[in-house]
Amino acid sequence: MHKEFLMGNAAIALGAIAAGLNLTSGYPGTPSTEVLETVAKHRPDQTYVEWSVNEKAALEVAAGAAYAGARTMVTMKQVGLNVASDPLMSLEYIGVKGGMVIMVADDPGPISSQTEQDTRHFAAFSKLPCFDPTSVQEAYDMIQDAFEISEKFGTPVFFRPTTRICHAYASIDVKDESEYKTNAPEGFIKDSRRWVIFPRLSNANHRKIEARNVELSDVFSEYERNELLFEKDAGANATGVSHAAEQSANELPAETTGTAENAGASGFSPVVEATGNTASICPKRGIAAGGIGYALMREVLKGKDAPRTLKIATPHPFPEKLAVRFLEGLDEVLCIEELDPVIERELTYIAGKYHLPVRILGKLTHDTENAGENSIDLVEGYIRKFLEWDKKDRANDSVSQAVPSQDGTQSTIKKGAADSQNGASDKSDDTSAPNRFPAPPALPIRPPVLCAGCPHRASFYAVKRAMQGKKTIFCGDIGCYTLGNAMPLDMCDTCLCMGAGINIAQGVKHIEPDTSAFAFVGDSTFFASAITGIVNAVYNQSEMTVVILDNSTTAMTGHQPHPGTGRTMMGDVVAKINIEKVLRGIGLKFVETVDPLDLTKAIKTVKHAVAEPGVKAIIFKSPCVAIVKPNAPLTIDQAKCIKCKRCIREIGCPGIVITDGNVQIDDSLCTGCTLCSQICPTGAIGGGLNE
Amino acid sequence: MNKNIILCGVGGQGTVLASKLIAASAMEKGMKVMSAETIGMAQRGGNVFSNIRISDEDEMYAPMIGTGQADIILGFEPGETVRMLPFLKKDGYVITNLRAVKPTTATLLGSTYGGSEMIGYLKSVIPEDHLLIVDGTKAIAELGNPRCLNVVLLGAAVRTGALGLTEADILEAMPKVIKPKFLELNTSAFKYAG
Repeated sequence: MHKEFLMGNAAIALGAIAAGLNLTSGYPGTPSTEVLETVAKHRPDQTYVEWSVNEKAALEVAAGAAYAGARTMVTMKQVGLNVASDPLMSLEYIGVKGGMVIMVADDPGPISSQTEQDTRHFAAFSKLPCFDPTSVQEAYDMIQDAFEISEKFGTPVFFRPTTRICHAYASIDVKDESEYKTNAPEGFIKDSRRWVIFPRLSNANHRKIEARNVELSDVFSEYERNELLFEKDAGANATGVSHAAEQSANELPAETTGTAENAGASGFSPVVEATGNTASICPKRGIAAGGIGYALMREVLKGKDAPRTLKIATPHPFPEKLAVRFLEGLDEVLCIEELDPVIERELTYIAGKYHLPVRILGKLTHDTENAGENSIDLVEGYIRKFLEWDKKDRANDSVSQAVPSQDGTQSTIKKGAADSQNGASDKSDDTSAPNRFPAPPALPIRPPVLCAGCPHRASFYAVKRAMQGKKTIFCGDIGCYTLGNAMPLDMCDTCLCMGAGINIAQGVKHIEPDTSAFAFVGDSTFFASAITGIVNAVYNQSEMTVVILDNSTTAMTGHQPHPGTGRTMMGDVVAKINIEKVLRGIGLKFVETVDPLDLTKAIKTVKHAVAEPGVKAIIFKSPCVAIVKPNAPLTIDQAKCIKCKRCIREIGCPGIVITDGNVQIDDSLCTGCTLCSQICPTGAIGGGLNE
Repeated sequence: MNKNIILCGVGGQGTVLASKLIAASAMEKGMKVMSAETIGMAQRGGNVFSNIRISDEDEMYAPMIGTGQADIILGFEPGETVRMLPFLKKDGYVITNLRAVKPTTATLLGSTYGGSEMIGYLKSVIPEDHLLIVDGTKAIAELGNPRCLNVVLLGAAVRTGALGLTEADILEAMPKVIKPKFLELNTSAFKYAG
């Protein structure tokens, strides 16, 4: 063991290597990307790594290797799992031989995603076990457990970190190389009754899966990372399996029934508790949390009188017996989790199943936010209200005047929620440490923009100029070029998911035949999921222009290679797959490759393409500015500049600024692409590629 | 000891190296370190931040810092420094670069943002002995490399004493984080005192 300062994603990768990883595949996507990159960087000789063409391919490659006994990991972001869901839902029934971890990073916020979907649902939907780490250290340790469970139960398992685990860094304990496991795959053993999915096999295996998940729920109730903490008031039930958990819901133990009756219509049972000299009515409270929400909760409870707490590390199968032990004797439970109320629903279900008189509070009851990320401030606000810290603080201030609260039988946190619904103010009044500063001057707004010199800017501008005054639809896609929607370009009318723009454009065109339909797609997205859309367009006699923005990399996620770059993650230089030839192979007659930084030629090509019938393609080819050496920056001849600001109004490049009333080039940003010099009416801009 | 540090700026200004240096020095002293930062779309010219937490106590759970909990804010851009100010503790220190980075949208909309109003605001709300304004533009001109702004600011931050780390601590950690050929430049940037 030694200490290292690691990013969560690196910790996951090194943990997987320590567990004897033989193969990893994936498709880039924030916040998951660095997992596979770290494996590639620290790859032991026996480990194979690839960026697959998309998540479906990646999951199938990993499954095949696991059929042959390899320990495999497939990595993707949450929306990537939608692409991989077809093999996933069938693989559930087939299972694996070697350990297989499906590493899917969720993105609460969302910070860099289209959706706030919760992979814990996908785990339940596909009936697969799911591991949900609460810290970087736990991510490192837990991925190793995930491989063990996967192999032991012959099933792929989910590993689901969120952004604040993936992209957090921490000094953690990691194994020395001598402590690593190695796994020698046995190889694929032919057995069509095991590996070929047929209705009969699916039916038989469905039964086995349901039984296995009941067993796994018990295993997870004893799993050390699912924890019951601060059990000082849990009494006889603190250890071992409780009465209620042993009995089925139909044979309810007498004492539990009694409590349930006491609870009456309010569903809430007041418990008389002695506090010092004053006896007051005070409900017994507990907190359940998972993921980064757990870490935030521990941070908030530090140095405080903490209530009974349940940590959920395996949201599926849910550790039911442990949950019953947690719930017994409690009156109110607050759930702290991000994305969907998974823990909250499970606890509500278990409370009903075992007739436990406990109120489960969280997103469903509007006691916590049902969208967006958790922060220290938010979690502190939730806990402060739930545990009535303000009231206790006040009581401590004036002990002699302690009076039982009028609303002692009401949930305090509920009251708080009602306050804010009445428009009291925003959520900031929930926090214990409000901003103590006066309002500052107007802060600059910084929406993300295409980089200075980005060739996409030139491509969008060429199409915009060529189509000025015409009826058009510009369908965008996923990548840096989604930023083409920003003013002043305003060249992205739709964006849905990877590859969708090609087909959306066809749909619009069918209903509005007089519009010129365009679909913009990047080179990596082209290979990942645009090709089928183009085949669809050609087959169904659509009329549209496909614009391939080929910057020779997967830029948005940090410059990963793809089939068009001629490099693999194993470090090999291989034949590039030629986009133009692919398009011609599909049957496109008009395919032109042009440098978007040559504005006149680019505009001419667009006009030419639009005049042709059927499906046409323009490949705007120019490398991403982040992967090539910049040209000399441009300069503006102030004597020639008439301050018309056309360069600023038309293309919105961050490299052009106004300083002291003069239009100037920020030479720390300018890459010398010359686009601005090509639109300057007085020829005041020189330098860069021109020299 | 328990220190919460916020680094903030505009995408591409290089807050990562500064956080790695703080982390390496703190670990050398046997402390626990956690950090969180912006990665992804926001890096394309958006506002970015890093939270760094160092502690020699066992109990540290989350990498994020709450309102009013930062011991120090290290701002690479005055508007971004002001944006993060609610996180500052009472008696916390603010170190900020003087030069504003104008967003593209400001130029388009004809906004007057220039940074001086932010510096004025900081002077009005932070006591003089807890506010350090660094002329980063002058520093990088004298040092001859725009990429060492981060280490110039880090040097200024360490010298306030608010980080709980000494100049020697950081200098010792430098060779572990910085490539040999950039070591000399970064050492002078770190020691640069205007």
